[in-house]
Amino acid sequence: MNYFKFLCVGIFFGIVLVKSEAVSWYRIYEMFRFQSFHMYGIISTAILSGILFLQISKKRHLKSLQGFEISVPKKENGFFRYLFGGIIFGLGWALVGACPGPMYILVGAGIYTMIIVILAALVGTLIYGAIKHKLPH
Amino acid sequence: MEYILNPWPWYITGPLIALVMAILLYFGKTFGMSSNLETMCSMAGAGKFFDFFKSDWKEKQWNLAVVIGAIIGGFIATFLLSNNSTITLNTKTIAELNTLGFKNAGNSLMPKEIFSVDALTSWQGFLILVIGGLLVGFGTRYAGGCTSGHAISGLSSFQKPSLIAVIGFFIGGLIMTNFILPYIF
Repeated sequence: MNYFKFLCVGIFFGIVLVKSEAVSWYRIYEMFRFQSFHMYGIISTAILSGILFLQISKKRHLKSLQGFEISVPKKENGFFRYLFGGIIFGLGWALVGACPGPMYILVGAGIYTMIIVILAALVGTLIYGAIKHKLPH
Repeated sequence: MEYILNPWPWYITGPLIALVMAILLYFGKTFGMSSNLETMCSMAGAGKFFDFFKSDWKEKQWNLAVVIGAIIGGFIATFLLSNNSTITLNTKTIAELNTLGFKNAGNSLMPKEIFSVDALTSWQGFLILVIGGLLVGFGTRYAGGCTSGHAISGLSSFQKPSLIAVIGFFIGGLIMTNFILPYIF
C-alpha cells in the first residue's frame, strides 16, 4: 500500500491540528486581534523546528526515500501574485477561520457545514485557473 | 492520559507540525495543503477547459490520501482524544465576541453562529461560507500556497516569495477581523 503512509501522515496532522486548537475559528480571530500568543507560538516554533531540520539535513546530506537530498523546492520569483494572492487568502482565512488543511480536519471533527467551504474553495481554485493569464504575477 | 486528552500546548504542537513537513520531505513530497484543491480540479476534468489544470494528477494522488487521513485525524482527535475542555481564550476576546453576537465563545471549536446548520439556512450565513471558501481557494492558488506551503515550508527554507505571501496573509486577515467582521455581525 503505497498511499498508506500518506494516510497516516494525514491522520497525525489532523490530530495535531485539533489538539493544538489551530483549527478553531476563535483562535484565528484572537490571533488577528493580537489578544493571545497561542497561534504565534505554534507558527513560530513550527518555523524554528523546520529551520533546524532543514539545516541539519543540508549539513548531513540527508536523503529522501527516493535517494535525493532533502530540500524544499524553490518558489517562482514574483511579487504581485504573492502579495495579492496572500491578501485574498488572508481575508478568507479570517472569515471562515480555516485554511486548506483545517477545512478537511473540521469535517472529521463534525463541522459538516465546512463541506460548503470546501466546495466553494474548489470553485475559487477553478476561477483562478480560468483567469490566471489576466492577473499580474 | 490526562495530557493527551487536554489541549496540547503550542510549544509541543508547533514542532509536531514541522515534523509533518519533515516526514513528507523524507517521502520525497512537499508540505502544502492547498495543492489538493488543484489536484481535485484536475481529477474532475478541469484540464479539458483550462490549461492550468492539465497535469498528471495520478502523480499527485498522494495528497488526497493526506486529505482523507486529515479527516480521520480530525475525527479521532475530537471524539476519542478530547475531554470537551473549553478553549482558553483571552477574556477580552470572549467579551468582544459576545458584543458582536457570538455567545459562549470557546465552548466549541467553531462558533454556532457561522457553522451550525441553522446558521446555514439564512442567506447571510450561506454567503459567509461560500465567499470565505472562494477567497481561500482563489487566494491560495494565486499565491501558490497557504499556511503550510508558505508560512511553514517556505519560511523555514528562507524563501522571499513566501515572506511576501505571509505578509499578505496577515494584511488580509487583519483587514477581515478588525474592519469587516464587525460590520457583518
